Amino acid sequence: MPRRSRLHIPQHHSRPGEEPDFSYLETSPAGAVRRPDVNARVRDISHLSVEMVRVLDDEHRPVGPWNPHLDPPELQVGLRHMVLTRIFDERMQRAQRAGKISFYMRSYGEEAVSVAQGMALRPGDMLFPSYRNQGLYMVRGKPLVELMCQLLSNTRDMCKGRQLPVMYHWASGRIFSISGNLTTQFPQAVGWAMAAAIKGEDDIAVSWIGEGSSAEADFHHAMLFASVYQAPVILNVVNNQWAISTFQGFAGGEQRSFAARGPGYGMAGVRVDGNDFLAVYAVTQWAAERARTGAGPTLIEHVTYRGAAHSTSDDPSRYRPKDDYEKWPLGDPVERLKGHLISLGEWSEERHAALVAELEQHVNESWKESVQYGALNEGPRLNRDLMFEDVFKEVPEHLKRQREQLRAELGG
Amino acid sequence: MPQMNMIQALNSAMDIMLARDPNVVILGEDVGFFGGVFRVTDGLQRKYGEHRVLDTPIAEGAIVGAAIGMGVNGLRPVTEVQFADYIYPACDQIFSELARLRYRSAGEFFAPVTIRTPCGGGIRGGQTHSQSPEGIFTHVCGIKVVMPSNPYDAKGLLIASIEDDDPVVFFEPKRLYNGPFDGDPTKPAVPWGTHPKGHVPDGYYTVPIGKAEIVRPGKQVTIVTYGTMVYVCEAAAKSLGLDAEIIDVRSMVPLDVDTICSSVKKTGRCLIAHEATRFSGFGAELSATIQEECFWDLEAPIGRVAGWDTPYPHAFEWEYFPGPARVAIGLKAVMETP
Repeated sequence: MPRRSRLHIPQHHSRPGEEPDFSYLETSPAGAVRRPDVNARVRDISHLSVEMVRVLDDEHRPVGPWNPHLDPPELQVGLRHMVLTRIFDERMQRAQRAGKISFYMRSYGEEAVSVAQGMALRPGDMLFPSYRNQGLYMVRGKPLVELMCQLLSNTRDMCKGRQLPVMYHWASGRIFSISGNLTTQFPQAVGWAMAAAIKGEDDIAVSWIGEGSSAEADFHHAMLFASVYQAPVILNVVNNQWAISTFQGFAGGEQRSFAARGPGYGMAGVRVDGNDFLAVYAVTQWAAERARTGAGPTLIEHVTYRGAAHSTSDDPSRYRPKDDYEKWPLGDPVERLKGHLISLGEWSEERHAALVAELEQHVNESWKESVQYGALNEGPRLNRDLMFEDVFKEVPEHLKRQREQLRAELGG
Repeated sequence: MPQMNMIQALNSAMDIMLARDPNVVILGEDVGFFGGVFRVTDGLQRKYGEHRVLDTPIAEGAIVGAAIGMGVNGLRPVTEVQFADYIYPACDQIFSELARLRYRSAGEFFAPVTIRTPCGGGIRGGQTHSQSPEGIFTHVCGIKVVMPSNPYDAKGLLIASIEDDDPVVFFEPKRLYNGPFDGDPTKPAVPWGTHPKGHVPDGYYTVPIGKAEIVRPGKQVTIVTYGTMVYVCEAAAKSLGLDAEIIDVRSMVPLDVDTICSSVKKTGRCLIAHEATRFSGFGAELSATIQEECFWDLEAPIGRVAGWDTPYPHAFEWEYFPGPARVAIGLKAVMETP
């Protein structure tokens, strides 16, 4: 019998009720990956896209050429931002369960990506996040009350009631508006970076998507434009293994790493342990310097794990083992940085407990203040006339008429 | 005053804006060294450099996506989508992003992008080089949609579009690039130099977005149209000896309802004509609006002449194109009803 073609359906490693199996995950030992010059040619650094940059070893010691040599105070700040992100997420999840907000998305398990990257960048760099990058807001210091008011769609909602919860924006903090449509921000970040280069400025653009979203045409558009024009941009694929219920194999991760798409397009690709704060910081620093000095864009794949549900509307127990995250080989980013600080003698369980208590109080107080400004279904409401503003810069005649019509038909 | 065809007028608009505003950039397929397949950007890269007039890969979604990012970073991008038929890969970036960025960010972010794109048939383009998709864009909240019908308006509207802080989709009826066209392909081509609107000032001026123009005043019937059909309707009305008031809509969003409805209230009769397919075409919106505003002044049902609800067939171009014969039939129906 001659051989016949056969359709391959990617199969996840383990399903509900089964033992978690991460044997598919290829890693490199901490400190093992060569660190090339930031201006190295793409053809000479393809190893970065298949190996995995790791700095912290199993004893929480930083090893190898990628060690960013951060001072303990900087590491403590990083830990603080990650813990704050996690506590904020947990509190907002509870608020959603209590019916106070309609929807929420946690970043549990992947906090190091946003926090380490946010810290490795300059304040002038423009960030084009996805919906799971709330750590960026912590790093850049957005008051929690402002984030919470957005989640509540209340009278102080930065989006004036127009966006789903978590779709924040912050122009003065240089964080772009989150769309909700996947990957659309990727080519926009490249365009922003092209404009910076056209204007002769040395700020760079940085954008994030999930590995599932790399299937969108916008990913390929962004990669192509970034490569063709060597735009000063860092494009991040946060490979948290899951796109709602489909694992990364359905986005094309079975045959080749996502980072390898970088060299495929003629740009640097770096695969990094996304739960290793120091490694994420180091590769971001490397890519930022590369972009800022005209040596070209970088695609970074952060290998991490979505420890929580996709969103409050999702139930992962229906498609993956309940203890999947506990068995994740790359561990937990908060625990690993905490362990590192303790090994340096710069942190302790007591100090950690005090930090958690302090941040929980901060989050709770912020929440109490935020709900005073109203919630989606209770308390003071936004002026509904706002519905007709910002469609255009000036409210055109037909929208003025519709605003009047709304008043006439619904009263008030 | 100098004579320009529509290509030269559009080129002049971009030349002026590139010179006046260092943030204006042009990007699109073949627009740079070559100057565009229709020559609309001819010479601009030579004059302003490769960083102001960029050749791009063939990826309309990327062109618009990148233009949005550029706009957010303070530039004023003018993109060319080589044919309106090619604009669909960019529609997610246009509909979901460009159109809504100001709204979703409560005014904190916006991208003043102009998307130029040649549309319409009559050049033997077949079903992938002849489409008129303007109606689709008018259904999206947050973008302005314009279509000039002559060189003077083309230049003034393009400058206004580039200066506008809202995104504009700018349709160029390519059959009109080199001269007005009355719908009869057997006649020799007429150059723009013979037409008053082919006289175009060299310098800066704008034609405001949101204003229709009465291109021919008349008393018996109002014809509401735009693009190539302006000249077809003129020829059809003339063939019937009708004193028609012909309105060139020019701007579909925002729509100049007052000019259109004042005319219909005066004449009591209305024919709407466009080249785009009929079903859910922009004519449906015009007809509904006119009916709502002018019902008690109408002497007859509003008529519509449009492209058939089929793709644009290569071999049957002139059976598809709503030429003067079909417009005349539509006019007679509007005039003959009691």
